Amino acid sequence: MSSVHKGAFDSVRDWSHRLAPPWISQVLGRHKRLTLATLFLLALLLPLRADSYQVHILGYIGLFAMMGVGLNVVVGFAGLLDLGYVAFFAIGAYTYALLASPQFGLHIPFWFVIPVAVAIAALAGVLLGIPVLRMRGDYLAIVTLGFGEIIRLVLNNLDPVTRGPQGLSSIDRPSIPLISFTLDTPIHFYYLILIACVLSMFIAGRLENSRVGRAWVAMREDEDAAAAMGVDLIKYKLLAFAIGASFAGFGGVIFAARQGSIFPADFTLMVSINVLALVIIGGMGSIPGVVVGAIILVGLPEVLRDIQQFRMLVFGALLVAMMIFRPEGFISAARQRSEVQRIRELGSVKTTS
Amino acid sequence: MAILEAKGVTKRFGGLLAVDAVDFQIDERMIAGLIGPNGAGKTTFFNIVTGVHRPDSGSISFCDRTIKNLKPHRITELGIGRTFQNIRLFASMTALENVLVGQHCRLRSGVVGAIVRDMSTQNEERYAWRRAEELLEFVGLQEKQDFLAKNLPYGDQRRLEIARALATRPKLLLLDEPTAGMNPQETRELTEFIRRLKTELGLSILLIEHDMKLVMGVCDRVTVLDYGVKIAEGTPTEMQRNPRVIEAYLGRTASSQPGVGHGAS
Repeated sequence: MSSVHKGAFDSVRDWSHRLAPPWISQVLGRHKRLTLATLFLLALLLPLRADSYQVHILGYIGLFAMMGVGLNVVVGFAGLLDLGYVAFFAIGAYTYALLASPQFGLHIPFWFVIPVAVAIAALAGVLLGIPVLRMRGDYLAIVTLGFGEIIRLVLNNLDPVTRGPQGLSSIDRPSIPLISFTLDTPIHFYYLILIACVLSMFIAGRLENSRVGRAWVAMREDEDAAAAMGVDLIKYKLLAFAIGASFAGFGGVIFAARQGSIFPADFTLMVSINVLALVIIGGMGSIPGVVVGAIILVGLPEVLRDIQQFRMLVFGALLVAMMIFRPEGFISAARQRSEVQRIRELGSVKTTS
Repeated sequence: MAILEAKGVTKRFGGLLAVDAVDFQIDERMIAGLIGPNGAGKTTFFNIVTGVHRPDSGSISFCDRTIKNLKPHRITELGIGRTFQNIRLFASMTALENVLVGQHCRLRSGVVGAIVRDMSTQNEERYAWRRAEELLEFVGLQEKQDFLAKNLPYGDQRRLEIARALATRPKLLLLDEPTAGMNPQETRELTEFIRRLKTELGLSILLIEHDMKLVMGVCDRVTVLDYGVKIAEGTPTEMQRNPRVIEAYLGRTASSQPGVGHGAS
């Protein structure tokens, strides 16, 4: 690796480290609770200073962060390159849209649909996982990419159920039963998304630091060695697909409820690529990285709206620059952080316990 | 009593007969050596025992249980641990994490436990950490538990791989060329260490090795493979004098295998 980009890049790389330096992860590591609380507070207060359109965008960032956290389980932890991730988002969204809209006259409450949609998305994850169990890397990416397109094409063509390209509309707004409060403004949805995001990150974080997460990372590092340690590869691959998919399914339900109407065109390959890109930009395997990635990838195009026609150009340049100067992402995963710092952390844990 | 028993194990890769009707047996608390020139089928035999390859014919039983068609993780669960010829650690995990992964099949907590982090999961994690630290201490890596595996020096990586294999709580430990790339000093230390595994932990050990000093030093019995066929079996000293063994190593062509010393393939 290091021999590939030597020379002229090196000085720029050092500079880039100073710009988005390891201190971010260091601060996150050292004052984890405090940092998280501050960020959460900021996220809580942010919409109060923003107009309704900006809040809408913030909601988008949240939805993408949620998907990023899910895809991070599949790609970052388990090392399975999934390019059809949008399919699970679509499955979640259409599950809610079909169960809570005039399409079939069903109006099942939002809160009941969430577990159903999450379960269906997880099941879809397993179904996708079974045929690709033996595939790795590029081949896996191609098959999953195909899967994403299949789901979109089915939604586009299954007119009697999905109404094809016309999409589904008048989707029910979620309401909170006892106080009969209906969520219908961007701010309401922003807070809903925020809660869902925090929940997703909590779950992903807990999984990462567990027997399950370790098995995933081991599998990513060396499948055969992981199997020799007693890791059931089939089980843990399917588990990664299912759990990753369930985050996207959850996000899809919120998306459908927020938009009020959804179309197959909402679920193109670009969404999968964007989610993957934000995971990579943020730092593969790192949950705080995913949030940073979502802010950059979803927020930046809005900031760049004035130079509309150059947006993708700037994007592409950013991606290329990232790959050259910070291949490990803005906030690298805990394991990749400075070992000295990890030793210090562990030392402090040990003295307190 | 035999802990591992293989009968007529045969494995073909296309036209190549990698392992040809090999009978093999290892008893409890025994250190057995598997030697032979490069390409003799030693690692293939290892891979058959650990479930990486399925034999085309023959039978293998471990603790009186047939393991012929079991997946690698099931075989590990039953109590066969292994290391690899070319070290295969989880490179970007720390030494401690590597050993924690090794305990995977002896721990129980699943997804729900991981998320909820209930008492039993917490206890299990605490136990796993303590045990991982003990194992690192046993192999002399206690100071380096937070180093990433890829940043450890070579000898330490070998030791970490053994610690990781021990974490699976094996009854039988398979070591594939444990001294490959080691200097004489490290080899001597390892010889001593392998003896400790037998005496202190009561393990049976099967090792593939090219370093004859190590084989002579620790093995109770040696099996010699050549072109997939078992050509001899006996005590290390017997093997040293066996004409077929000498021929296999030295006699086929003038240019092959000049020394029996360090032949990392």
